[in-house]
Amino acid sequence: MAKIELQECQINQIKEICASFNNNAGELINVLHKVQSVYGYLPAEVQEVIAKELNISRAKVYGVVTFYSYFTMTPKGKYPISICMGTACYVRGAEQVVKEFERHLKIAVGESSADGLFSLNCLRCVGACGLAPVVMVGEKVYGRVAPADVLKIIKEYSETCPA
Amino acid sequence: MEKIKLTIDKKPVEIEKGKTILEAAASIGIEIPTLCYMKLEDIGIENKPGGCRVCVVEVEGRRNLAPSCVTAAEEGMVVRTNSMRALNARRTNVELILSDHPAECLTCAKSGKCDLQDLAQQLGIRELHYEGVKSTYRNDLSPAIIREQEKCIMCRRCEMMCNKVQTVGVLSAVNRGFDSVVATAFEMDLQDTACTYCGQCLAVCPTGALTEVDLTGNVIRALSDPTKTVIVQTAPAVRAALGEEFGMEPGTLVTGKMAAALRRLGFDYVFDTDFAADLTIMEEGTELLGRLTRHLEGDESVKLPILTSCCPAWVKFFEHHFPSMIDIPSTAKSPQQMFGAIAKNYFADKIGVDRKNLVVVSIMPCVAKKYESDREEFSVDGNPDVDYALTTRELAGLIKLSNLDFKSLPEEDFDLPLGESTGASVIFGTTGGVIEAAVRTAYELQTGKNLEKIDFEELRGMEGIREASVDFNGLPIRIGIAHGLGNARKLLEDIRAGKSQFHAIEIMSCPGGCIGGGGQPYHGGDVNVLKKRQKAIYAEDAGKAVRKSHENPSIVKLYEEYLGEPMSHLAHELLHTQYFDRSE
Repeated sequence: MAKIELQECQINQIKEICASFNNNAGELINVLHKVQSVYGYLPAEVQEVIAKELNISRAKVYGVVTFYSYFTMTPKGKYPISICMGTACYVRGAEQVVKEFERHLKIAVGESSADGLFSLNCLRCVGACGLAPVVMVGEKVYGRVAPADVLKIIKEYSETCPA
Repeated sequence: MEKIKLTIDKKPVEIEKGKTILEAAASIGIEIPTLCYMKLEDIGIENKPGGCRVCVVEVEGRRNLAPSCVTAAEEGMVVRTNSMRALNARRTNVELILSDHPAECLTCAKSGKCDLQDLAQQLGIRELHYEGVKSTYRNDLSPAIIREQEKCIMCRRCEMMCNKVQTVGVLSAVNRGFDSVVATAFEMDLQDTACTYCGQCLAVCPTGALTEVDLTGNVIRALSDPTKTVIVQTAPAVRAALGEEFGMEPGTLVTGKMAAALRRLGFDYVFDTDFAADLTIMEEGTELLGRLTRHLEGDESVKLPILTSCCPAWVKFFEHHFPSMIDIPSTAKSPQQMFGAIAKNYFADKIGVDRKNLVVVSIMPCVAKKYESDREEFSVDGNPDVDYALTTRELAGLIKLSNLDFKSLPEEDFDLPLGESTGASVIFGTTGGVIEAAVRTAYELQTGKNLEKIDFEELRGMEGIREASVDFNGLPIRIGIAHGLGNARKLLEDIRAGKSQFHAIEIMSCPGGCIGGGGQPYHGGDVNVLKKRQKAIYAEDAGKAVRKSHENPSIVKLYEEYLGEPMSHLAHELLHTQYFDRSE
């Protein structure tokens, strides 16, 4: 895990969020929610600040962060890619689509590309089953995505084209 | 207390309201098998997450099976612990645990002492019906503790000890479902965390997931090297527990047999950490009196209370959590390290052996002693004062390996001079013992009088935090005692808040003190084992001709011919140390 250096103002922001919950250890999950919504993700350094403020062990904070799938320790890419793995999308080949994204981006689900452009995640049913399989990049929805479409989608967002 | 009546396996039982089915059954001699459950009565250690589902029983009128460790017994309940349904469920649950457990019993360090293995035998499991993916985890680095999380069954006992009892907070369950595991924050190596190596996690681990770093091979190599002089020291608590490894009753003193065994293993000199414990009292007691005198003369810069510093896990604990207070503990090294320093300087000179060719082995009830002997400040040009620290269990392994019939060995004495000791040093092995030994000496040095009564009953016991006042010729000396780091934390927080009324505080990390150390034979969740060891320690003390550290003839001689006096320049150099801020 690459070490990151938190800036003074970021640390203060986390401390303020903890304080808004009275530094109460029982509010850990709410604190994590709030911090993630502000910071985007929960790297070790952020968790350390929270542990100190709430006066609980780092191991405890890490335990909660790793338990709930909502919390993430990897930063989302500039263009977060979400692939629906709901029943409809799944039976219409979403798994193959996921594999294509993984192959082209050279990352696994839950990870971000080294250039920080893309992150890859699966989610359950976005309510557009008629368009299955569905892929979202940020807020934009792509329907009836075939494995062959994957590279095209990626290229729409690549700031430098792969050679 | 309100009583309720119920029936378990057709037997009537009457028990206090609020007790569990498990406890109710035990009260009439029905032992329901358990795995994650553990309770040490009286010392506040309890683990019952209700996770393993091994203790399930059938309760009439209840749809599903009840985990007996967390289900309260109720009036009129009809319980079957051995019905076909309960037996099948219990067996299935254990088989499922085994399906994700390495079948390495032949080579596992815990084989023969493993709760899971015992349970599989007890339930007569002869084949495994479930096959599936097995967990794999990365092994980490630590000077004292080995974690093999593939063998973890998520009973959470270690987590309970680390967080609730010791308040060290290094371990937590992380991840979810099949991937869940007990780990450190961000899955760091143990050596990069605030782990104190107290070893209480491995003292309660039911499987081989947590064990100590085994150094017996290194000791065997040293013993067979003709260019080395190999000497050994044994800590006070070892003699009250080693016998258990050979099937002897807990609380059997095996001091003489242990000395005989060590001699037969080939050690050139069989010495005693007790000697160094007496030396610790000379230094620490003098330091206490020095601080006390200055305090009484009105010197406000003097730091009181003075805290004992014998326990390496405790030292690491305050270095991590109370760095602003590192000038409060005594600067005296622990007995293990005092022994090492005296052995590699005074004794090496005496027998004309270069320190590099003198190998010092220590037998400790402790796994943190491995870490302590590794600390950089305890070595000279890369040569450590103590080369190898083995646990009581490792010594037992070494004795068995060498084909010695321990029980039939004769009783032998330690060698002189570093094997001579007093009753005061023996009680270092139990909570309250170090401070009692210090009081015996400090009283006589301070008042110039002889103690009429050597036993200070007011300092003894098993409560986690104890306080007492000892009369020093009209001057009341207030003493605090804590065992278990959670209890120590409370006393330290009082000091930090300026609320402490004590002059001196003794702290030991492990419940019961060293008798309950992480390196001792496994107590198996039975607090009576600790109590019997404690009794044995006091019996050894009572049987000693000399019971005050300052009357140890070899100690007196050591000061006369080598050190000068307690806290002398040389004593400072060899017997005192410093502490480091390890906070993050």
